[in-house]
Amino acid sequence: MLIDRLKVRIAIVSVVLGALFATSFMAQSQSDAENSSSALNKQVTTGESCVKDTSWMRRNHMELLKHDRDRTLRQGIRPVDGSIKECVNCHATKDDHGQQLSINAEGEFCAGCHSFASVSIDCFDCHSTKPEESVVGTRR
Amino acid sequence: MSQKNMNNSEDKLVDAGVLSCQNKSRRNFLGKAAGASVIIAPGVTLIGISSAQSNTDVDGADSSKRWGMLIDTNQCAEGCNDCVSACQQENGWGEGSTDESHSNPEQQAQWIRTVTVRDKDTGHTNQLPMMCQHCAEPPCVDVCPTGASMQRADGIVLVDKHICIGCRYCMMACPYKARSFVHESLHDQKAYAPRGKGTVEACTLCVHRVDKGEQPACVESCSSGAMLFGDINDTNSEISKKLKEVGSTQIRADLGANPSVRYSGL
Repeated sequence: MLIDRLKVRIAIVSVVLGALFATSFMAQSQSDAENSSSALNKQVTTGESCVKDTSWMRRNHMELLKHDRDRTLRQGIRPVDGSIKECVNCHATKDDHGQQLSINAEGEFCAGCHSFASVSIDCFDCHSTKPEESVVGTRR
Repeated sequence: MSQKNMNNSEDKLVDAGVLSCQNKSRRNFLGKAAGASVIIAPGVTLIGISSAQSNTDVDGADSSKRWGMLIDTNQCAEGCNDCVSACQQENGWGEGSTDESHSNPEQQAQWIRTVTVRDKDTGHTNQLPMMCQHCAEPPCVDVCPTGASMQRADGIVLVDKHICIGCRYCMMACPYKARSFVHESLHDQKAYAPRGKGTVEACTLCVHRVDKGEQPACVESCSSGAMLFGDINDTNSEISKKLKEVGSTQIRADLGANPSVRYSGL
């Protein structure tokens, strides 16, 4: 009789503890997912679509840029898909006061993914981080 | 029969393992036919691309051209600095956020500068703009250990900053002191003129404008009309006619670098 009661108590305690663990674990994983998705899903600000689809660009944009930088600089071929100028023109955003933000600023299009993936980029040591002056007036 | 069909039929033959002696001639024929279509295929692709985009830049730098400049030093007005400030504004150096304020004046970038030369015997002075001379045989390209210093097909000499390691051999090799090294971090560069710490840079002959069919910023801004830009390989171009008409010199022609920038009135 006494042993039966003990068994029931152990069962109840373990069920309660299990439920507590499960809830806290789910809350944790949900907050992780929210953080990562806000960093990774920086919205496109202008234009209908990118030069290639998003999943391809996520994996291969660096190859496209690297290939086309040589074509532009060395061969003088200007209309290329992998133009870093066009990346900036399309993806750089403005803050609430209408000030142009750098595309590599914290949380912005490039930095959002790159800090999440812990991959540093040298592009913007030389390249402009803001859209060309000629396109600024036409942007939203 | 399309190439795909031929390949399929060949695959079937190989898969089935029926390539007997009788079939060899048939296989050879198929191989040759497939080869011919491979040759045709790139041709078709090339035509497709060229018809799709009519922009001349699709073909890139044209090796039949050689961009050059003729500077009439008699017209270059003493004390005028228009070409230098136009270059600074166009390419984003020497002013604003890219003025390299932490560097010594000797270290700061000079893509173009005005130089006053004086004849020792007569005392006559001339002012002239001095920049990268875009040599046909550029010594900076010869010495570059990484291939960053390069010459385009149309003769424009550039630095590929993607692979420049900042060793500055090219600066030592240049007889015109035309190149600069960036000593400090920069921001807010011009979109079409990237420049950054640890790389060498020089006049690009405003390659971004030239590729659009425009003139370099210095030539456009020259109020005295002392600078003439064009294709020196084209005998009908304004610059070629002028070069034929007036005597001009290359600076340090004795070095045999064959600069594309020539000066008259010296």
